Amino acid sequence: MKNLADKKNVITGVLILFALTLVARLFYIQVIDESYKITASNNVLRYEEQYPARGLIFDRNGKLIVGNKTTYDLMVIPREMQAFDTTEFCRIFDISYTYCQTLLKDVHRRRRKLGYQAAVFLKQVPAELYGVFQEKSFKFPGFYVQARTLRNYPRNIAGNLLGYVTEVDTATIRRKPYYKIGDYIGKTGIEESYEEALRGQKGMSIYVRDVHNQIKKSYENGNHDVNAVTGQDIVCTIDSDLQEYAETLMRNKIGSIVAIEPSTGEVLAFVSSPSIDPSLLVGINRNFQLLQQNPLKPLFNRAAMSPYPPGSVFKIANALIGLQEKTLTTETRYGCALGYKVGRGVECHPHPSPTDLRQSIQMSCNAYYCHAFRNIIDNPKYETIEDAFLKWREYVERFGFGKKLGSDIPNEQAGPLPSVRTYDRIHGKGRWKSLSIISLAIGQGEIVATPLHLANFTAIIANRGYYYIPHVVRHVEGNPPNPKYAERHYAAIDTANYDPVIDGMYMAVNAPPGSGATARLAQIPGIDVCGKTGTAQNPHGDNHSVFISFAPRKNPKIAIAVYLENAGWGAQWAAPIASLMIEKYLNHEVKRDYLEEHVASKDFINKPKQQSHEKK
Amino acid sequence: MRRNSNLLNKLDWTTVGLYLLLMLIGWLSIYAAVYNEDHRNIFDLSQRYGMQLLWIASSMVLALIVMAFDHKFFSVFAYIIYGVIMLLLILVLFAGTEVNGSRSWFVIGPFRLQPAELSKVATSLALAKLISQHNFKIHHFANLFKIGFIIGLPVLLIFLQHDTGSALVFASLLIMLYREGISGWYVSIAAFTAVLFILTIIWTPLSILLFLWIMSLLVYALLNRNFTHAIVTGGLTMGVYFLLTEVILPNFELHDFFPDRLFLVICAAALAVGMLFTFKKKIRYFWPVLLFFIGSVSVASSVDYMFNNLLKPHQRVRIEDMLGLQEDLQGAGYNVHQSKVAIGSGGIIGKGFLQGTQTRYNFVPEQSTDFIFCTIGEEWGFVGSLFLLFIYVMLLTRIIMISERQRDHFARIYGYCVLSILSFHVIINIAMTIGLAPVIGIPLPFISYGGSSLWAFSILIFILLKFDAVRWN
Repeated sequence: MKNLADKKNVITGVLILFALTLVARLFYIQVIDESYKITASNNVLRYEEQYPARGLIFDRNGKLIVGNKTTYDLMVIPREMQAFDTTEFCRIFDISYTYCQTLLKDVHRRRRKLGYQAAVFLKQVPAELYGVFQEKSFKFPGFYVQARTLRNYPRNIAGNLLGYVTEVDTATIRRKPYYKIGDYIGKTGIEESYEEALRGQKGMSIYVRDVHNQIKKSYENGNHDVNAVTGQDIVCTIDSDLQEYAETLMRNKIGSIVAIEPSTGEVLAFVSSPSIDPSLLVGINRNFQLLQQNPLKPLFNRAAMSPYPPGSVFKIANALIGLQEKTLTTETRYGCALGYKVGRGVECHPHPSPTDLRQSIQMSCNAYYCHAFRNIIDNPKYETIEDAFLKWREYVERFGFGKKLGSDIPNEQAGPLPSVRTYDRIHGKGRWKSLSIISLAIGQGEIVATPLHLANFTAIIANRGYYYIPHVVRHVEGNPPNPKYAERHYAAIDTANYDPVIDGMYMAVNAPPGSGATARLAQIPGIDVCGKTGTAQNPHGDNHSVFISFAPRKNPKIAIAVYLENAGWGAQWAAPIASLMIEKYLNHEVKRDYLEEHVASKDFINKPKQQSHEKK
Repeated sequence: MRRNSNLLNKLDWTTVGLYLLLMLIGWLSIYAAVYNEDHRNIFDLSQRYGMQLLWIASSMVLALIVMAFDHKFFSVFAYIIYGVIMLLLILVLFAGTEVNGSRSWFVIGPFRLQPAELSKVATSLALAKLISQHNFKIHHFANLFKIGFIIGLPVLLIFLQHDTGSALVFASLLIMLYREGISGWYVSIAAFTAVLFILTIIWTPLSILLFLWIMSLLVYALLNRNFTHAIVTGGLTMGVYFLLTEVILPNFELHDFFPDRLFLVICAAALAVGMLFTFKKKIRYFWPVLLFFIGSVSVASSVDYMFNNLLKPHQRVRIEDMLGLQEDLQGAGYNVHQSKVAIGSGGIIGKGFLQGTQTRYNFVPEQSTDFIFCTIGEEWGFVGSLFLLFIYVMLLTRIIMISERQRDHFARIYGYCVLSILSFHVIINIAMTIGLAPVIGIPLPFISYGGSSLWAFSILIFILLKFDAVRWN
């Protein structure tokens, strides 16, 4: 056994050992381990995001199309929660007890992670319920209400064009760190393409808080705070009255209307039917799935995305190319015996024959354009058929077909044009000739165009030779106008060549009965309407009904393309719709009630159902 | 006057200096911990820092009074003082006021007195008086019983006040007993039992068994001054163990037949027997080691059984709570977590005076009393913490030095009592704020807010200084 006095050394040694243990531990948590510092700032700093109001959207006449409304989110700070009367809580917020239990369980599960942070408990509490809750909020510690702005649609129009605003998804958050869970983001349409202007900039206030989440002061005198920037307002080119009217006409029809002001390229109306009702998509995505599952694909923006065969309206393009290439004159006449009888042949409808160029447009003669097209492709000026075809293709491209026009309409599609390779593939290299591709003469076969392309083409005709890139936004608050939209794009056709074509289009609408004019339904007393019908054959069922038109003939104010899926002849449905649109836009009121009623009440979507009813 | 000036000359000014420095640090830390923009004045008596200044002043007055007494007073009246304080401890059970679940406070007007704090002084005096008796044989059973009684009585009374932390402080007196002749083995066994008790509750049975097996080998190695055997045996055991658990059991799916602990006992016993035969000639102390192993296993098993089967749930919770085992961050676990966050966020040099956010905004509970170290750790960082620990170690080693230089046994024993109590307070308090010890709620000497504890610590230390000052008389 040791000497008693030696024990003091043992005691001293043990004491120092303990002290060193404490030092080691302190060194670890104070110097090595960084996690405590992070926890400390999480503990003490309260980040309050400030959500700016989203920019408003006005129509071309300054009428509000998209506004904001305030909603209230019920927030919860799990650590401040105390036992409360769930029954009363459920009654205030009009939710079921089991739903409330699920929410509470979820909060309980996340409570440690959240700590003193607030989490959304209930979204979009109606204002009335919010009022009731405010009075009784003292009974529910840990809960408070945060105001958020949501979209409000005073007119419920142009869903596909405007897009909608919804909660941001996790994939987007990963890509764009600006967004946090629970933030809103524009989806499709203007809301998407102008998201950064519309959303503004979130603000952030950082506060120092105590353990009760009570704010003690601004963090470092607010030097790190960021003020919220309100979203910029947008003036779009849409005429909301015309848009609303177009949507009325398109009710229960599948197809599109695109109306453009030729002198500016501004889109006056833009309908893709069936459309979406943006108010159904506000905030919570409960209706999104319904829309997605709808077999008619309302979320699909047909007007800018669907490549259709243009049909007979494309004859105008061939007529213009023929005139420009001088393979066709205004006096060239071809006979038509119910069609073009060379090769497999192209059928035609009965009409007076032979026709000159103007009449061929007026009566939409297929045979005439088979001749005209073959003249272009077999033009001896070009050494090979490929060269001639490429020249033709170049003209078509200059009309805006086969490419994205560069508009601000999201997801605009190019609708690719056929190339030499396309036909090499089909027929074999060097083994095709003008007759092989004769369908192009009448806008069938391999050529496709979106309704937007057709409307733009119409604008070129109306302008006698040029277009402005179609666009739906005229002005973003605080930004200069986009110079891209002030630039003329010329088609490769001389101005003089448009006149005979326009004559034909005028005659198609305004020629007397019995003259074979195809679009007499489009006549408007007092307005010189020019138009061209199309009846596009397609492998998916009934013909598509197509009509392009502009008015007035001199100094046109509106160019319009109407494309109705599986609705029969162009003259039957598309022409009257276009005509009513023109009347509405130019006269601000429609006098032809009978036509309006006739068109608006036509139902192409529920047709089969009605039949089955009749069978019973 | 002469006597006084004499006294002042002989006073151990190093200790006094350290004492004053610690109180100053304490005062500033309390100011920082509860700092409040509306009451910037550090002398504001409506705030804790103002009050602490009052306690500091009164403690210094008490120290002067202690110095004014004749030193013989403390040895002569030791039992009487002890008796009076014990009576107070009993009285407080009936007449005391309950604060934070402990009925240990006398409330007199605006002042609160905690007799448990004073009982540390009284017990130290009584023990010094008992053990310093002429011809006192510390290993005699009757004497051990007397020592046990003197320590046990206040422990029992304080336990009855539900002030577990203060009661546990008395366990530290083992240090003094060790110095005064109790074998290191007993102290080790006692300390080991206490550690085992806590570990049994915290750890899984398998970990305990593994721990005990390693401890047995260590004991064996220490007894034989031969580490080779221990390492060979330990290595063999681990080898066999891993071979069985990792290779044989998974491949033969025998796990259902061999619960883990039974399995370990079997392989340990097998190896012990193997060891006995292998090293037969050289082996010594085999039976004590086996006894130690079996004894500890049975202690651990009975603690385990008692804890899980005999205790009622609320008692279990209380113990778990005391040991900081509560996972719930709202409970005791929360305190330790927040305290670690505060200290950890201090970094190397800290956030600066009055710049701590965790303590000031009340994330740390009891931030001016039991968790005052958080403020120091947060605002002064690792450097500050190291400095404070250094001062404490200086003070404690100084007390050892002072105690050792006493010719009077009473003074020496008393000095070691002071050392025991202060060391326990310092080490356990800091350890609990950084998650190394269970949260038992005892103050950090001279720093934590509180009149009773400051008075008690001052009296404790100045009685020793008085003895030291007159040691040549």
